Amino acid sequence: MSFLADNFSLLRDAFLTTLSLAVVSGIVALVLGTVLAAMRVSPIPALRALATFYVETFRNTPLTVVFFFLAFGIVYIDLQFPSRFITAVAALSLYTAAFVCEAVRSGINAVPPGQAEAARALGLDFRQSLSTVVLPQAFRTVVPPLGNVWIALAKNTSIAAGFAVTDLTAVLQRLANANADQLAMVFLAVVVAYLVITLSSAWVIGILERRLAITR
Amino acid sequence: MTGPRVLFDLPGPRARRRQRIGSLLGIVLVLLLVGLALWRLGANGQLEVERWAILFDPATNVPQRLLEALGNTLQVAAVGMLAATVLGALLAVGRLSEHVWVRIPVVSVIEFFRAVPLLVLILFCFLFLPQVGVSLSAFGALALGLTLYNMAVLAEIIRAGILSVERGQSESAYALGLRKWQVMSFVLVPQAVRRMLPVLVAQLVVLLKDSSLGFIVGYMELLRTSRSLVETLNFSFGPRYTFQLYVAAGLIYILVNVLLSQLAKYIERRTSRNAKTAGTTKVELPADSSAVTGLGTDPLRV
Repeated sequence: MSFLADNFSLLRDAFLTTLSLAVVSGIVALVLGTVLAAMRVSPIPALRALATFYVETFRNTPLTVVFFFLAFGIVYIDLQFPSRFITAVAALSLYTAAFVCEAVRSGINAVPPGQAEAARALGLDFRQSLSTVVLPQAFRTVVPPLGNVWIALAKNTSIAAGFAVTDLTAVLQRLANANADQLAMVFLAVVVAYLVITLSSAWVIGILERRLAITR
Repeated sequence: MTGPRVLFDLPGPRARRRQRIGSLLGIVLVLLLVGLALWRLGANGQLEVERWAILFDPATNVPQRLLEALGNTLQVAAVGMLAATVLGALLAVGRLSEHVWVRIPVVSVIEFFRAVPLLVLILFCFLFLPQVGVSLSAFGALALGLTLYNMAVLAEIIRAGILSVERGQSESAYALGLRKWQVMSFVLVPQAVRRMLPVLVAQLVVLLKDSSLGFIVGYMELLRTSRSLVETLNFSFGPRYTFQLYVAAGLIYILVNVLLSQLAKYIERRTSRNAKTAGTTKVELPADSSAVTGLGTDPLRV
């Protein structure tokens, strides 16, 4: 037990890094993914094609490869992220946005057509009917899939450890190398930290789902 | 809502002209960005034909190494997928069991492995298991990690597939006097498998993508091989081929995964018009990202 007490501050910082990585990327991915979803249902074919291309590309690329390109590839087009944390946020949010887009789009498709037809009959244009009528309803139906995307994102942050961000998994590797005799303890601590994030998220999502569900 | 068409009127001639101008401007903007990137690449000398030729020149041994790496990637994915499917099927049956003492441990196993990051599982197999006397190669650690994680995900997919077979099917099977295992293996599973096939192939794409985590434990899959090629080539030529090799690895991944995704779509189209699946109800099967029970089902894979 004294081992955990000795490394408490290290583990706490790593936990907070993992959490902030997930939260910041989650917010960016939510915004980007919603814009992409709006593009995928928009009247302009070029926008639809662009969004489809984005989603197909990122869904079929391993997250590790995305990380790789943002960490080592973009220097060749003379770009550079200010810090490794921001690189990780960029990779996670670009990747997750594709999944958010698909979740939101499935939600838009789940809104009964009568709602959009009524909105248009009232004279709302595409932007108005999407933002005031369809999307608010869509978001309520996509709470479970978006929640799943969030949990997957929280787990995916572990890949940032391979790219020099000191999150929980990086600390796991460091402590495992330094304290070979305490390996079980190290794994236990890190796994519990991840479970705190994922299981509590699942619990909150369950509550939200019941609160927001639309009974039709 | 059946398509995007409900959200807006079919555009008239003026709207169409406006859209065409908008599309054109958008295309020009995208092309400008792509051009800018290419220009910077060119300015840094990354577009020289000779730098890309190395990817196709057998004399340099690069195409062979990449092909071998793709083989390694596919190999670990295949082993992981097979083992995960078998174990996942067992877990799914366990979770559907009528005995509480079977169900509870099975449910905790499934939920645990779905809530822990895959990388942590792989590191566990790689760092911890050798200490307690189970020595594993990088391949073994990666395959075991992928298996543990995906068996839990597949268990949920298979369970949902079995539950999607209409109740009348098992009821009539019981009425005919079949035993529990007969109902499962002759009636429920054959129908469920057809429903699950697209989701299973989609999960294979996820598994293939995840095998790139072998990079971190040092398994010579695509990404790791490009890295090691870059290092050897840098040794003799300086950092000339770094960008090209990483692009090649990325493109191979995208190509293989797009092909598999298309296969999944094709199977889905075929099964959806197959009369043999008529006994199953149309439900979304859960996939990778639905981490914990009670979260509903999810057609998306993250």
